[in-house]
Amino acid sequence: MKVPIKLTVNGRSHESEVEARTLLVHYLRDDLGLTGTKIGCDTSQCGACVVRMNGATLKSCTCLAVQADGAEVTTIEGLAQDGNLHPVQEAFWDNHGLQCGYCTAGMIMTITELLDRNPNPSAEEVRAGLEGNICRCTGYHNIVKAALAAAEAIRSS
Amino acid sequence: MTTRLFGSGIRRREDPRLITGQASYTDDIKLAGLVHAAILRSPHGHARITGIDTSAAAAAPGVIAVYTGADTEGVLNPMPCAWVIPDSDVKAVAYPPIAKDVVRYVGDAVAVVVAEDRYQAEDALELINVDYEPLPTVINPEAAMQEGAPQLHEDAPNNQAFHWVAAGGDTDDAFANADVVVRDTIIQQKLIPNPMEPRSAIASFVPSMGELTIWNTTQNPHIARFVTCLVTGLPEHKIRVIAPEVGGGFGAKIAVYAWDMVTAFCAMKLGRPVKWTETRSENFVSTTHGRDHVEYVEMAADSNGRVSGVRSVVYAGMGAYLSTAAPGIPTILHGLMYSGPYDIANIKADIYGVFTNSTPVEAYRGAGRPEATFLLERLMDLVAAEVGKDPVEVRRMNLIPKFENGHDVAIGLTYDSGDYEGVLNVALEHVNYDQLRHDQAHARSTNHGHGPLTGIGVSCYCEICGLGPSQVAGAVGFGGGLWESATVRFYATGKVNVFIGTSPHGQGEETTFAQIMSEELGVPVDDVEVIHGDTDTTPMGWGTYGSRTTVVGGGALALSARKIKEKAITLAAHLLEAAEADIEYEDGNFFVRGAPDNGKSIQEIALMANVAWNMPEGMEPGLEATTFYDPPNFSYPFGAHVAVVNVDPDNGHIVLERYVAVDDCGPQINPMIVEGQVHGGVVQGAGQALWEGAVYDDNGQLLTGSMLDYALPRAHLVPDIETLSTVTPSPHNPLGVKGIGETGTIASTVTIYNAVIDALRPLGVTRLEMPLTPERVWRAIQEAGGNRHDHGDGHGHSHDHGH
Amino acid sequence: MYTPDFHYHKAGSVAEAVEMLGHHEDSRLLAGGHSLLPLMRLRLARPATLIDIGGLDELRGIRVHDGHIHIGALTTHGEIARSHDVQHANPLVAEVAGGIGDTQVRNRGTIGGNLAHADPASDWGTIITVMEGSVDVQGPNGSRTIGIADFFQGAFETAVADDEIITGVRVPTLVRQGNGHGHEHGQDHGHDHGHDHGAESISGEVGEYAKMSHPASFYPVIGGAVVINADGGRCVSARVAVGGLVPTPRRAPSVEAALAGQELTAGNLEAAANQLSNDLGDEIIGDVFASADYRRAIAPVEVKHAMLHAIGLAHH
Repeated sequence: MKVPIKLTVNGRSHESEVEARTLLVHYLRDDLGLTGTKIGCDTSQCGACVVRMNGATLKSCTCLAVQADGAEVTTIEGLAQDGNLHPVQEAFWDNHGLQCGYCTAGMIMTITELLDRNPNPSAEEVRAGLEGNICRCTGYHNIVKAALAAAEAIRSS
Repeated sequence: MTTRLFGSGIRRREDPRLITGQASYTDDIKLAGLVHAAILRSPHGHARITGIDTSAAAAAPGVIAVYTGADTEGVLNPMPCAWVIPDSDVKAVAYPPIAKDVVRYVGDAVAVVVAEDRYQAEDALELINVDYEPLPTVINPEAAMQEGAPQLHEDAPNNQAFHWVAAGGDTDDAFANADVVVRDTIIQQKLIPNPMEPRSAIASFVPSMGELTIWNTTQNPHIARFVTCLVTGLPEHKIRVIAPEVGGGFGAKIAVYAWDMVTAFCAMKLGRPVKWTETRSENFVSTTHGRDHVEYVEMAADSNGRVSGVRSVVYAGMGAYLSTAAPGIPTILHGLMYSGPYDIANIKADIYGVFTNSTPVEAYRGAGRPEATFLLERLMDLVAAEVGKDPVEVRRMNLIPKFENGHDVAIGLTYDSGDYEGVLNVALEHVNYDQLRHDQAHARSTNHGHGPLTGIGVSCYCEICGLGPSQVAGAVGFGGGLWESATVRFYATGKVNVFIGTSPHGQGEETTFAQIMSEELGVPVDDVEVIHGDTDTTPMGWGTYGSRTTVVGGGALALSARKIKEKAITLAAHLLEAAEADIEYEDGNFFVRGAPDNGKSIQEIALMANVAWNMPEGMEPGLEATTFYDPPNFSYPFGAHVAVVNVDPDNGHIVLERYVAVDDCGPQINPMIVEGQVHGGVVQGAGQALWEGAVYDDNGQLLTGSMLDYALPRAHLVPDIETLSTVTPSPHNPLGVKGIGETGTIASTVTIYNAVIDALRPLGVTRLEMPLTPERVWRAIQEAGGNRHDHGDGHGHSHDHGH
Repeated sequence: MYTPDFHYHKAGSVAEAVEMLGHHEDSRLLAGGHSLLPLMRLRLARPATLIDIGGLDELRGIRVHDGHIHIGALTTHGEIARSHDVQHANPLVAEVAGGIGDTQVRNRGTIGGNLAHADPASDWGTIITVMEGSVDVQGPNGSRTIGIADFFQGAFETAVADDEIITGVRVPTLVRQGNGHGHEHGQDHGHDHGHDHGAESISGEVGEYAKMSHPASFYPVIGGAVVINADGGRCVSARVAVGGLVPTPRRAPSVEAALAGQELTAGNLEAAANQLSNDLGDEIIGDVFASADYRRAIAPVEVKHAMLHAIGLAHH
């Protein structure tokens, strides 16, 4: 069953006809070609597919594309502005917050919301905020470091 | 200004594409006309297939084709095992890419559907009717070898896949004459590697040319091409394997998988590109697992704790078939490492490889060495408890003294270099070990088993990595070489491409290899692009595993750079009208001795070599060099780790409070990357100790078959990892480096395990099975209830060993 | 990862959704989707029709009125956690909401969807049980309110009829929460100590929740919730509920009775918590991670932790 949807992704509006069962993550990756959002599991655990919808992060594997009708979605591709990396992206780079890079988009998206809500988190609060994102490479150490560095950078900018 | 960045923690050159979402992993790739495959997998642990009806699936919307084992039989050859250990009677049983008559584990492929989109393919899978006649299953590798156990393969009686023995010295004598013998049964539970990127393959075939291209989530594209040639029958030069961005491997992307071959089969049949990507739940059963040992281990020592012998009988589960490198893991990479960093005169490893009705086992981060380190460090703690000494003291008296160029151990290996007491001292000093023990004793004397119990684990390790040399690979039955290659190509503009045969997938060699170039030839790292992962564009290499990429591939690169330097010196002498012997090199500049300001930069040399307007007589144009480097020995990194845990005796809950890793991997090209490897490795090893484990029921159903059930380490469950290092160069490779990719995992599991036992020893708990779930800990405390002794000194005698 | 096909309808009002439910065989409501979509993705649920109520703003929002917090069914856990009204009127509820799942679950998962799913260990089930809240539903014959004691009928079963929709939840206010912070093992390094002196200063109503979460799913394995009405360090009355032990959240009258009239010392709390097994019967849930025996043994520990935190005897 095809359903028409209209939404804004990274500032661009899209009108599409999607199968009702199409998951948002499949819509982003397959229909819009935004493959920066990854699929790491099928049980809503890993967080590789985290994007922001109307400001709040969500796991785009746990949302039908039709549920995003009318929404404003931001993916990893939409974070950098005018060729400048987002401070969280920059901090991941500076602090070796990634290795294979597969969880990275979800991690970065989660941390952007975390810092919006709490601009000066403790390491413990960062760790708690990453509950929904799994990284198999970094042991989280440098991800936490990157999040704290990004917070610092955003506060002092 | 220097361009040399060797030893500097510069940020990674591969990161910009990864942090912006612009990197392309296999599943991100789209090809014109791409269609999608989904694989039907056995729901039974063991069953005979008595009928398959695919007609309804074939007629379903969007379905292009449905194939079963009858279609692939005779077209695809069986999956080969590439590590057939000599003198061990390896049963390389038939491993059909799609099962036709018998399925041997939950996850064995039964059919494949190709459809216009993946949703349709999944719909059609449900329409395939398979009649199964269930057969009895066996999961535990020791049980599988017992009389009367269900048999998986006719040509492997008692499910024995192989039997391998390695020995040095005389263990019978050592144990007969020991003051103290400690024993344990260790279960190295089956682990599910779970790289964050699921496995995927896209196959594209050009019938007119007979050319097959496979984009593949692999750690070793050249091996994948070789095996694809064996399985499909296509000639090797008509096959191209591309490993695009690969999202972690940890060993699970070494094997060449039947599913990739099935994807190729579909593409060849249909003449359309076909993509198959596993779902995570599929990954849990279809991508290789790790560990799975049942071990009977014992250690002999004198009454001071000086160890004279160690021996084992190990039942190593192989799963239902032999995966690509599986037999080498519990043998060469495990049994040969029973000396660890210790001087032990008598060693014997008696290893059985066993077929079970479970997903095939392969290398998983550390691959054999975590198991070896575990048993040594576990036994060291038991010896310490038995002789009434601090675990550190017992370790110290058994360590091999510092050596710089070769040390032979009883099992027959020659270690490269080591300073084991040095790393131990750094670790103890960093944590202030005496104070930790003092605080622990004080807490024990005041809280009497109530409230959190603190435990301290200390371990020493030495591991074998940087795999080759090839001659040894051949001698131990590895079906390939273990050398590496690197081509350095300078362009006229002075920019450089480095082409390597290894295939990094998160380890950062695009950065560290550029740093090697900067060190060797003074080229800015930004002028170097490292190309890897494509068999059509990179020279042959054996891949990224066994912590070998920087050791062996980096060695090849350093040697290529040195060849370039030699040519550059000749060319510079010619251009400067000087004798070669008078040319000096410093930081990218070639000059006549005493006249550095009038030299030729490497970029100027590159320009001249590429235009070739003015070359010495007989010199070929171009500035390019290739090296095939076969290392003369393995490398042996080492270290000492400390863990501090708190255990809540009320519910068995463990908190990992602190983890300190002191590692020696020789000179560090990029310390930030080295630390990152240690962080990740330690946490993966913590996963085995505390959370991870494949649990099967009696019918071979995987009960921990998704990320809902199989617990991976999470950010809020682990502390910061404190990393320190010492530097002991390896004497035998061009850079002196040792591998660092697996050390964290090799050491951390047992360090944490020992810390937990240390916490619980006053309650009478002396052994546990992993993962150390709250329930297991709680039960152990309950069972030891009547057996409680409050020594308060951290190393009381315990009851369940030494008989 | 690929759900079976279904028909999709977007409801424009609660009334329309009710009508659709009656009209379409085998239909399910789609709210945040955090209970349903995961099942559908694994093809463990395959409704023929999904009725999307996600756009019904009338089901969203929080209002404090008449000694109750009224929470619209579509209100997310995150909205509840961050609501100043809830933090003020019932800090325990805000605290619990902030500890459900992960950030993304809290951003999308709804209280109505969670209750409709009726997982035996649900945080909401346990908390609303201890708070003696109720659930508002609307069906073809109008609205009704179901007391929480009657709401859960079994594991994954509720008293909501097939053609009814949960519209909201009512939770009585709670003046003061205990000084703990949603004690969860593995989420902090805090431990309670065996202090055996009373909490002399405690007066009024305090509540707390403690849970052990599954390390993979983060779903509660066992949850223990307490509300203690204290006067001068003595328990006047108490309510205790546990989740994850039997097919539905369960009140613990034996523990409540053991606590009533007692001085609030650590020893008395522990003794009361140990009465829990009297209230559980034989059908304890067990799984690979935590067996029935273990849950039975550990549940009093969780209840004790909740109590100690509630009255401020737990030390971080």
